[in-house]
Amino acid sequence: MDHAPITPTTTPRSTTPPPVSAPPATAGPAMTARGLAKRFGTTTALAGVDVDLDGGRSLAVMGPSGSGKSTLLHCLAGILVPDAGTVTLRGREVGTLGERERSLLRRRHYGFVFQFGQLLSELPAIENIALPSMLLGANRRQATELAAQWMHSLGLAGMEQRRPGELSGGQAQRVAVARALITGPAVVFADEPTGALDQATGAEVMRVLTETTRAAGAALVVVTHDATVAGWCDESIEMRDGTVVDRGVLR
Amino acid sequence: MNNETDWDYLVPLLQKAFGETLWMVSISLLIAGVAGLALGLAVYVTRRGNFLENRIVFTVLNLLINTIRPIPFIIFVFAVGPLTMALVGRTIGIEAAIPPMAIMAAVAFARLVEQNLVALDPGVVEAARAMGASRWRIVWSVLIPEALGPLILAFTFLTIAVIDMSAVVGMIGAGGLGDFAIRHGYQRFNWEVVWATVAIIIVLVQLVQVLGNALARKALRR
Ligand SMILES: Nc1ncnc2c1ncn2[C@@H]1O[C@H](COP(=O)(O)OP(=O)(O)O)[C@@H](O)[C@H]1O
Ligand SMILES: [Mg+2]
Repeated sequence: MDHAPITPTTTPRSTTPPPVSAPPATAGPAMTARGLAKRFGTTTALAGVDVDLDGGRSLAVMGPSGSGKSTLLHCLAGILVPDAGTVTLRGREVGTLGERERSLLRRRHYGFVFQFGQLLSELPAIENIALPSMLLGANRRQATELAAQWMHSLGLAGMEQRRPGELSGGQAQRVAVARALITGPAVVFADEPTGALDQATGAEVMRVLTETTRAAGAALVVVTHDATVAGWCDESIEMRDGTVVDRGVLR
Repeated sequence: MNNETDWDYLVPLLQKAFGETLWMVSISLLIAGVAGLALGLAVYVTRRGNFLENRIVFTVLNLLINTIRPIPFIIFVFAVGPLTMALVGRTIGIEAAIPPMAIMAAVAFARLVEQNLVALDPGVVEAARAMGASRWRIVWSVLIPEALGPLILAFTFLTIAVIDMSAVVGMIGAGGLGDFAIRHGYQRFNWEVVWATVAIIIVLVQLVQVLGNALARKALRR
């Protein structure tokens, strides 16, 4: 595998955002998007959106339902090909690569956290986390060892053999975070990662997500319509009808 | 006709019939397991909205399954006679029993496989695609493990259905337990032979069911 070793965090538990002075581990632009546009039939989902992501920094994408947040995330992540505009990863144009190459790119350089975790219900937590690593060609033993380290550093020690159904919502999302980070991605994409959780649990998941991606030097994009959730991120954009109507640097 | 059952004469025949049943059932299941899994997967992945969506392939395969499945097996055995002839070079005997059994079982298993896959959470497949898993990886690392428990139960059900079919193919000289029960029991008014054979089939079916349930339970909580 061609990625940097993981750097587990050992910060104490808290459910309030860390102080504003938290030093950003900026390492040059990880991803840049210019003029992204996307239509579905007659619906304009994106109408010219620019995004800059730095390694170790996090961006909250906010806005009401239907404003184009998920479409933006999918275009950035190479799940969708934009109709117009460019996406570059570490200076390389990736937005319009073919299906196969984008698929490889996602496997190798991106991590994903979904609203409902989308863990494989029949596999134990540890195997769920190991899966992306195995997709990259690691053997089962290596992948499982790495997954165990991640579980330990995310406070999931002892739950290795539990299935997703035997985990709480917050624990399941932490498993999803570990799964997103195990391959050492350049960018982590999270679409409504706290959408299925209560406030306190959502805050805990956001703390783990932002801290671990920052420590790993990865850029993080979090789609959310919840301002408290966005408050955990370094920057935010506000979308409406496929355009960015507001930008803010939170820390 | 005869009140004294000549077990010294019948036991070797019964053993032979048992062997024939096991042979027919095993070969048919082997073919039907592989073909049915492939066919069921093909129908699932080409279904509308799935990752190899293909209307023509889906329609043809779906129609094939829907056409064959409702045909009563006793009629199907004769209906596929020409195909059986082409495949094994004869339409009677134990070899001739394999094509109809394997085809009917494959089609039944395909539907069971497809139904169990449709019941999975589509979000999980979407997530795997987002993560960049290739199509084959999705099949082997997501679909099959997620549906393993129900698939084992489906295969258990199939095994019992194939044992049932094996009794019918006695008609075309394929031998087996069903044929034994009819020729040495029913046709000679020897109920002792009929019931003894029935008891053997019941035990066989029970063994399959217990084994299948145990395997499925193991798969469901590894
Ligand atoms: N696959 C699709 N087909 C058709 N319309 C879509 C599709 N995906 C999104 N849209 C439309 O694009 C707009 C933006 O959707 P989306 O990006 O999902 O918004 P958000 O995530 O902010 O709720 C909406 O009007 C939605 O209905
Ligand atoms: Mg959305």
